[in-house]
Amino acid sequence: MYDFEIERPGSVADAVKALGQEEAQALSGGQTLIPTLKARLAMPSVLVSLAGIDEMKGVEMRDGALWIGGGTTHATVMREAADAYPGLASLAARIGDPAVRNRGTIGGSLANNDPSACYPAAVLASGATVQTDRREIAADDYFDGMFATALEEGEIVTGVRFPIPQAAHYEKFIQPASRFPLVAAFVARFEGGVRVAITGASNDGVFRWSEAEAALNDRFAAGALDGLTLDGGDMISDLHGSGAYRAHLCGVMTRRAVQAIG
Amino acid sequence: MPKDIEPERGIGASSKRREDVRFLTGTGRYTDDINLRRQTHVFFLRSDVAHGRLTGVDTSAAEDMPGVLKIFTGADFAEIGGMPCGWQITDKHGQPMQEPKHPVLAHEKVRHVGEPIAAVVAETLAQARDAAEAIVVDIDELPAVVNMKDAVKEGAPKVHDDLTSNLCYDWGFVEENKAAVNKAFEEAAHVTTLELVNNRLVANPMEPRVAIGDYNRADGEHTLYTTSQNPHVIRLLMGAFVLGIPEHKLRVVAPDVGGGFGTKIFHYQEEAFCTFAAKAVGRPVKWTSSRSEAFMSDAHGRDHVTKIELALDADNNFTALRTDTYANMGAYLSTFAPSVPTWLHGTLMAGNYKTPLIYVNVKAVFTNTVPVDAYRGAGRPEATYQLERLIDKAAHELKVDPIKLRRQNFVTEFPYATPVAVEYDTGDYNATMDKLEEIADHAGFEARRKESEAKGKLRGFGVNCYIEACGIAPSNLVGQLGARAGLYESATVRVNATGGLVVMTGSHSHGQGHETSFAQVVADMIGIDENMVEIVHGDTSKVPMGMGTYGSRSLAVGGSAMVRATEKVIAKAKKIASHLLEASEGDIELKDGAFSVAGTDKSVAWGDVTLAAYVPHNYPLEEIEPGLEETAFYDPSNFTYPAGAYACEVELDPETGHVSIERFTAADDFGNVVNPMIVTGQVHGGLAQGIGQALLENCAYDEDGQLLSASYMDYAMPRASDLPFYDVDHSCQTPCTHNPLGVKGCGEAGAIGSPPAVVNAVLDAMRSGGKDVGHIDMPVSPARVWEAMNG
Ligand SMILES: Cc1cc2nc3c(=O)[nH]c(=O)nc-3n(C[C@H](O)[C@H](O)[C@H](O)COP(=O)(O)OP(=O)(O)OC[C@H]3O[C@@H](n4cnc5c(N)ncnc54)[C@H](O)[C@@H]3O)c2cc1C
Repeated sequence: MYDFEIERPGSVADAVKALGQEEAQALSGGQTLIPTLKARLAMPSVLVSLAGIDEMKGVEMRDGALWIGGGTTHATVMREAADAYPGLASLAARIGDPAVRNRGTIGGSLANNDPSACYPAAVLASGATVQTDRREIAADDYFDGMFATALEEGEIVTGVRFPIPQAAHYEKFIQPASRFPLVAAFVARFEGGVRVAITGASNDGVFRWSEAEAALNDRFAAGALDGLTLDGGDMISDLHGSGAYRAHLCGVMTRRAVQAIG
Repeated sequence: MPKDIEPERGIGASSKRREDVRFLTGTGRYTDDINLRRQTHVFFLRSDVAHGRLTGVDTSAAEDMPGVLKIFTGADFAEIGGMPCGWQITDKHGQPMQEPKHPVLAHEKVRHVGEPIAAVVAETLAQARDAAEAIVVDIDELPAVVNMKDAVKEGAPKVHDDLTSNLCYDWGFVEENKAAVNKAFEEAAHVTTLELVNNRLVANPMEPRVAIGDYNRADGEHTLYTTSQNPHVIRLLMGAFVLGIPEHKLRVVAPDVGGGFGTKIFHYQEEAFCTFAAKAVGRPVKWTSSRSEAFMSDAHGRDHVTKIELALDADNNFTALRTDTYANMGAYLSTFAPSVPTWLHGTLMAGNYKTPLIYVNVKAVFTNTVPVDAYRGAGRPEATYQLERLIDKAAHELKVDPIKLRRQNFVTEFPYATPVAVEYDTGDYNATMDKLEEIADHAGFEARRKESEAKGKLRGFGVNCYIEACGIAPSNLVGQLGARAGLYESATVRVNATGGLVVMTGSHSHGQGHETSFAQVVADMIGIDENMVEIVHGDTSKVPMGMGTYGSRSLAVGGSAMVRATEKVIAKAKKIASHLLEASEGDIELKDGAFSVAGTDKSVAWGDVTLAAYVPHNYPLEEIEPGLEETAFYDPSNFTYPAGAYACEVELDPETGHVSIERFTAADDFGNVVNPMIVTGQVHGGLAQGIGQALLENCAYDEDGQLLSASYMDYAMPRASDLPFYDVDHSCQTPCTHNPLGVKGCGEAGAIGSPPAVVNAVLDAMRSGGKDVGHIDMPVSPARVWEAMNG
């Protein structure tokens, strides 16, 4: 690690101010950022810890949607969203290990937008709204490719509003080393239609599989997906699997998610 | 051994591991726990290119950075001996292997990613690291050689300019048998051929390597604290060959060590550096490897590419075996690297079978990768994997039951001299196979397969046998084979006046439970409580010259030394007792910690005799010296040959390619067993590593020599949830005939014996799904399985 200052604001407003400093960076659970700092791959001069901001924490129903504060840990979501949105709670329960879940936050995960992260799939498939210190961003407008989002410099994810589907399921096939998704599918069935989001697979990060959504809107059954394929050429290809394999897994994970919903 | 017939104490008892109390309560003392007064820290600047000419290392800016004490480069070590290699192989033409210089810090060239180029010694690690970033390194990159077969082609870039090629040696074993072997192939009724890769692994002990050098100006003594499996070997190699420090001025301490698995046998540059730099800087110098450094500086394991062929007659008897292996040495020869693909591999190619003719060819190759050396099993897993995969393939080609084919060809008469230079003393391979079939419930497999199929899964059953040569090793024999060291073990048994014992052994313990099982042996011989025996290891200033722990040798060799020394102690104690009891020495018996005169009720307690030895008031001084302390050096007359049969049952998801291990059964013959619980634990750990190799672990390089699996994000270690509850049995016991304990060794069996069973089971599952692919390389990852199923 290089030297840095650390600030611990108690409010979003103070955090935004602190992030206005030269080379300042937000720190939440540190589960991504701290290893990056230890490897000397980032050199912020000020770290602004969001961990002490109460208004960014919590899981509660607000106006018919589930609000989760941007600073809420995966472990809290796992416990407190279990009744309102079990599909989401189950996703949170399968992120990393207990140490990661007790520190890592939904805001950090969404700001980072790792192409293999779990939460982006839930946010996109739920048609959730990402709230920041300055605006609200629809999920469809938020994710912008690998490690890229609509966030501006210094913008803080303060919360996420999840519409609650009739049923949802997250099917995750793990990469054997990291245990991040190799490919995972989040299928959410709403009265107005089905949304399917895939993470882990694409070179462009999380995406909605619109052909699968259309097919499932016609008939919500695993069989409706038969014959649908994705192009492996656009998919991540690495030590753990080729693009063609990932493309294949997109179908398998989506079918299994649909089956699990029943 | 079933619990109810286990003795409560001594040999055969499942005594709880006494060392675990400190390990589990955070009171272990590992090398990194040691912090010396005025200690400094070193950071190694490592090469990020695989191959290149070092044209400049400019440290001038870095030297002025805060906290920097001294910066070293390859030039500082140009006059000093390089890292030595402990084993010389003679090739098939009778020529010695090519042995490149292995510098402490890279000089003139860098040859693998991770090779240290410069070392910054500073007040703090952060300062050392900061300064390392200010060093300007100029490297003219050269094309890297990574693939072994490319490396030995005409015109390939040379890893070492001063060698004739990248071929370290071309070894033929037994060269004289080659023609007969080839003839047998011509006459064979059936030949099975298999090409396979034994994947490169990173050992990943829980504790990374650490070295602390210290120099005492007052008496000129150097001390090295290091994470080593064999501190005396480090003292000898580093003192005599690298730094020129006589052994009486060099102390090497290896305190608690958190796992070794072979990778902590070797003498590493960081050890030599810290020892050297401590004197140069005038203060202790400490290095603690980060996990990332471990991936690119700990010796890797395995990495063989093999073509193997089996000849059978019309009755399915094995008539000949022929292998052609490329073994990766990496960029330099690590301490015992040349012995692994040769004497630890070729000699095991007979396996459990009476194949009369065998020829093994091994080409050891230099590449621009991290050096490769022994890793749990070392050569023997590679031999077992080839042979047991090949036999399975032959069985399927011939449409015979793979277990039956194995049984038909088992060695059944002992001693058995193999055509590959070793003689098995005892064994009963049918007994372990019978046991295996029973506890693996082979008979119930078809029903379980149906249950899996009902869930849309494929189920497979795979077996293999294994044999290993342990109890390493007879010194005269290995000397003829090129070892530059003896492989005996030593023990000093020091009896204190009040009867307690301290046993000093060269068999270092780094997870094996020696402190418990060794104490059981010695206590059992005297008939006293185990807690009266303390085991001391890991410090060259306390322990007589010993050779350390590897090759499943500790109980067979180190334990035997302890038995011999204890026998000497008992012999002397009997003399003292006979004096105290006024009886003739021949009538004295030792039982349950008391000496008695045969046929009488006269006796004297162990503690009274030991007290007499040190308070010699009433003592036959004219006949024997006071004191009670004896040393023995034990050199084995043969290897030991643990063997067994393993079975794996997998469930395969044909949609994703995911393989889960549903059952794993091990039936081992380790000869006599001192502590069944510890033996079970050793097998469990070995199985985790063997299954890890088979399913998960893969150390991969790209064609430029960049390490692709350089962290746990990409290098998959086995986790508890990847492994089943094992069924482990070691009730089949044919005691070793040539060591006093009748023990064979159990530390490596699990890692040696498990990969082929896993792969055989996966292929069986695939066949049941209508796909016969013949072979699949490890690790059998979901992607590979899916591709094989859909290829
Ligand atoms: C061993 C391990 C296993 C893991 N497994 C998984 C897994 O299976 N699935 C998965 O999805 N993830 C996994 N993760 C990642 C984990 O979920 C991280 O917690 C998460 O990606 C980042 O959250 P954080 O709160 O730790 O963010 P930090 O590491 O603190 O920050 C990450 C980035 O986001 C920025 N940031 C943080 N909070 C905010 C905010 N509120 N607004 C704006 N920017 C912000 C930071 O500046 C930084 O750039 C794993 C991590 C580890 C270490």
